[in-house]
Amino acid sequence: MPLLASFACGLIFGLGLLFSGMLQPAKVLAFLDIFGAWDPSLAIVMGVALLVAYAGFAVARGRAQPVLAPQSVWPSSTGIDARLVVGSVLFGVGWGLVGLCPGPALENLATLSPPVLVFISAMAAGMVAHGLWQRGLAAPAQKALTADG
Amino acid sequence: MVEFTPVSAAIGGALIGLASVLLMLLLGRIAGISGIFEGLLLAGGGERAWRGAFLAGLIAAPLLAGVLGYPVPTPQMPSSWIVVAGAGVLVGFGTRLAGGCTSGHGVCGIARLSGRSIAATAIFMATAVAVVAVTRHVL
Repeated sequence: MPLLASFACGLIFGLGLLFSGMLQPAKVLAFLDIFGAWDPSLAIVMGVALLVAYAGFAVARGRAQPVLAPQSVWPSSTGIDARLVVGSVLFGVGWGLVGLCPGPALENLATLSPPVLVFISAMAAGMVAHGLWQRGLAAPAQKALTADG
Repeated sequence: MVEFTPVSAAIGGALIGLASVLLMLLLGRIAGISGIFEGLLLAGGGERAWRGAFLAGLIAAPLLAGVLGYPVPTPQMPSSWIVVAGAGVLVGFGTRLAGGCTSGHGVCGIARLSGRSIAATAIFMATAVAVVAVTRHVL
């Protein structure tokens, strides 16, 4: 049941990206091109999504637990640090170069477009590289802990 | 030439917001695509199934719409494979370093009025606007 619900959520999300035109990188780039023939569609997509999510999250927060899971996992990080700033700049460069962010990129796997497959493989490699780097950062701290023990 | 499509944008945006709310109400999870995909790649067994199901639904959307006769666009991508691959690595590494992308920070995070997410969204949007300005109007 939770898997079916998750599938349905992905499907609705995907239909939203498709209907809004956000699957097409050219349309996303037209939003980012404020000095060219600017297309503000993406701002409408995000604005309406935000309003719906804001209202819905208020309902979700008022409930003791989710319908199909023992507890809600709300993000706990606060504060603006170097990782957030640098990560967002790197993401922005990649997004501006191609016009794909992770959602539309993964959904476009359905088209079996070769450059999309290259993009997804590279994106996965970037995520794995980040994970390995994180593990590398965590390892010395762990060593220090065992040394103390 | 890409044209402004406010009605379909609003309908699509409402569906994206609805899906994010339903995922929180039903499974208690944030619909952040970069985090969901990373977890599928790197997380332990129990965390994989719901993520795989969500992404399967995401990919099924254009297939289903296509079967029903809705036109699914072929994505226009840069001709340079080096640009495509480089951008992919930047998007993958950057979204995980920042802890979110357009969905996790841009929609869910701002909807929670998170200062981190508002900052992240402002930064990645401004950066992407600058990159497009340089590649289209300077180079």
